[in-house]
Amino acid sequence: MELKDKLVSSFLAFDEQYQVDDDVQQIRSQAIKDFETFGFPSKKEEAWKYTSLKSALKHDYSIFPKKEDAIEYSQIKQYLIHDIDTYDLVFIDGIYSSHLSNTTHDKIDVCLMSSALNKDKFKPVIDNYFNKLAPKNGLNALNTAFTKEGAYIHIHKNIMADKPIQIINFSTGNESSLLLQPRNLVVVDENSHVQIIERHQSLTDHPVLTNSVTEIFADRRAIVDYYKIQNDKGTSSLIDNTFIEQKDESNCSVHTFSLGGNLTRNNLNFYQKGERIDSTMKGVTIIEGKQHVDHNTLVHHIYPNCESHQDYKGIFSDKSVGVFNGKVVVEKEAQKTNAYQSNNNILVDDKATINSKPQLEIFADDVRCSHGCTIGQLDEDALFYLQSRGIPHKEARGLLMYAFANNVLESVKIPEIKKRINNLIAEKLGVELGFNL
Amino acid sequence: MAYTEDDLKKELETKEYEYGFYTDIESDTLPVGLNEDIVRAISKKKEEPEWMTEWRLEAFRAWEQMEEPEWANVHYEKPNFQNISYYSAPNKKPKYESLDEVDPELLDTFKKLGISIDEQKKLAGVAVDVVMDSVSVTTTFKKTLAEKGIIFCSISEAIKEHPELVKKYIGSVVPKKDNFYAALNSAVFSDGSFCYIPKGVRCPMELSTYFRINQAGTGQFERTLVIADESSYVSYLEGCTAPMRDENQLHAAVVELVALDDAEIKYSTVQNWFPGGKDGKGGVFNFVTKRGLCEKNAKISWTQVETGSAVTWKYPSCILKGDNSVGEFYSIAVTNNFQQADTGTKMVHLGKNTKSTIISKGISAGKSQNSYRGLVQVNPRAENARNFSQCDSLLMGNECGAHTFPYIEAKNKTAKVEHEATTSKIGEDQIFYCNQRGIDTEKAIALIVNGFSKEVLNKLPMEFAVEAQKLLEISLEGSVG
Repeated sequence: MELKDKLVSSFLAFDEQYQVDDDVQQIRSQAIKDFETFGFPSKKEEAWKYTSLKSALKHDYSIFPKKEDAIEYSQIKQYLIHDIDTYDLVFIDGIYSSHLSNTTHDKIDVCLMSSALNKDKFKPVIDNYFNKLAPKNGLNALNTAFTKEGAYIHIHKNIMADKPIQIINFSTGNESSLLLQPRNLVVVDENSHVQIIERHQSLTDHPVLTNSVTEIFADRRAIVDYYKIQNDKGTSSLIDNTFIEQKDESNCSVHTFSLGGNLTRNNLNFYQKGERIDSTMKGVTIIEGKQHVDHNTLVHHIYPNCESHQDYKGIFSDKSVGVFNGKVVVEKEAQKTNAYQSNNNILVDDKATINSKPQLEIFADDVRCSHGCTIGQLDEDALFYLQSRGIPHKEARGLLMYAFANNVLESVKIPEIKKRINNLIAEKLGVELGFNL
Repeated sequence: MAYTEDDLKKELETKEYEYGFYTDIESDTLPVGLNEDIVRAISKKKEEPEWMTEWRLEAFRAWEQMEEPEWANVHYEKPNFQNISYYSAPNKKPKYESLDEVDPELLDTFKKLGISIDEQKKLAGVAVDVVMDSVSVTTTFKKTLAEKGIIFCSISEAIKEHPELVKKYIGSVVPKKDNFYAALNSAVFSDGSFCYIPKGVRCPMELSTYFRINQAGTGQFERTLVIADESSYVSYLEGCTAPMRDENQLHAAVVELVALDDAEIKYSTVQNWFPGGKDGKGGVFNFVTKRGLCEKNAKISWTQVETGSAVTWKYPSCILKGDNSVGEFYSIAVTNNFQQADTGTKMVHLGKNTKSTIISKGISAGKSQNSYRGLVQVNPRAENARNFSQCDSLLMGNECGAHTFPYIEAKNKTAKVEHEATTSKIGEDQIFYCNQRGIDTEKAIALIVNGFSKEVLNKLPMEFAVEAQKLLEISLEGSVG
């Protein structure tokens, strides 16, 4: 049976099993209808021109994972940012693991989607924000239809979250192949500040497909820092859909580090619904083998005096394929917009491919919009310089590539993450750093 | 009293299309509609050989299966293809040797256009192959060219007289099933130009053709084929103006360039078809397929100045098949009022050490939409391919739009591809600077726009550069800075 049919036919059983209040139930049933109409995206769609989901959809995924599997902290310690104090939301095969997590309701709400969907206390927030941002398409509808678990984060007015929040989804391989659909909601009220780290990690070699939807709402003067670490096993695929709505003077940044996984697709959309907003999206992609990473970004400038910065760097080895599809839309009213977009790539091997499509759609005249895209090689002179100082060719190359990718890290605000990513990049490139940042 | 922006706006709006006139020449027109019989009739009227008729019919059958493309960033009312007459030729069709024999009414048309043939003949050695409603009426300088072995004639003449060349190259760069409009053109093309430069010959003059759409309700389906044999060089100019028409006129041309080893083709276009009235009514639909094929060490350079047409859909492309071949694309696209342009280029790198340069300047004013859409593709075998693209857009007023859709695909690690794009408006300080020095705002805008487009204007042959500069000024006069 096709995955689509399987999903549609198992919806009733799902709906029965995970009951929620009527309003959300309504949204779910509408969503499954939408999914039935749209289905999975195909290469015929412009936004999916360079990425085919075929290889990720061919497995017979189980939709209802069995009960929680006991995993020990020692097994997963390496995947956590453990050297600083954090709030943790740990999910195992899509099910919340209370003994590995660390939640709170003190001034900020860091808890579960499942409890937020069922408790009256959270109802106003859910009514106001849940499924209000994600545009209607097959993947979002599918996720919405199967909403049951995920992270629910609400930072109340004038609060600075005291610790970063980690959201980690593990898959254990109890099922031979697993479809995970986490649904996250982040609401940051006026003058508040939050840092979030998200990671998907498979603990076995069984195929896993994650179709995640995250909706983030940043109210006036809110600051949101979001870090996505994508360094999964070669058998897991990830479709990450993140939608961010910003109000006046808010500042949101999303850093995506795509190092592992089989097929990774990042749909990252920013909607600027206010003035003097700053949006930043940065990414480092270093892949090899037959990996495929697709960054699809959209920044919608609707009001005047806003800024957006995009900087994506990629290094592609072996037969890997990189896709960058960045779109900046500047509406008529959005005068004095400053939008910058840059995509730099290095192809290491002959079989590697890069498809880049930086787009600008501009309807306002008093704007500064620019984009740049390059595909090239390492500077021969720089390489020679290093070699002439006794650094072997391989290390010299590694160092230069490290330097190429590294400047994206400058805007990372959590030192431990910076260090962690630095080491990951160095490891991936086979360089001994000999220094620690 | 100071000349304000409002004055400028008003002046622009009241400025009617300068070249909007209509020459009354009896035309020999086929009934409207399109079917196999019409295709056969066109072929018969042109006294074409059997293989050409078959070729057209094949294209027609393919076209019937195709759907009109919708991906371009333009919106318009689709033409009804059964409501167009596919053939219209000036009814007198003698072959002139001297200008005295030419219909005086035609000569008058050219005078209005400002291209007196007598003058052209003497000036700068430009041979003019005038196309009036699809049929080539007069060809000058043919003799001079013939001495060098250069063939420059209408395509229907070439089909009759040089079938071996036409048969070999027609459809070799733009296959007849390439796209919807190319297929349509292949089926019904009425006429166009054919040019062949023999081995090692450097064409001594700029070749130029003036296209005009003249007959109401007649689609224009030009077919141009330029072949530059080994180590030859040719510079080809194409320029267009069209009379004012209220209903939309369809233009679906195909241009094929073949540059064999070490050859060079320079193809320049100035396009100023009727862009529609200031209310967005009327105007020409321009759906053109232009493509060039470069063999070893060959070079093809496209230069275009697009100021007219209500809807433009045009991507002059280069297939860099041979090693060390070079492709260039220089473009200025100006849109005003309700014009829409979706234009750009495709550079397909197949051979080793191939190079391409793309310089595109878009200027949008009024309520127009201007898009750049380009593809740079580096294939696995294209070692050391190099591309540089630059797309700059200038916006005037807050009701227009500028869009950039570059596609970059690299499959070779030695590829070096650079793309950059900027969008901005004319700075108030720039205008102020000019005002301060006694240059009024209108002149200042013209000055700044000229500077903005200079990189492209410089690439045009002398004769065109002057005309193009004037055209830019006319199209943008009165746009708010």
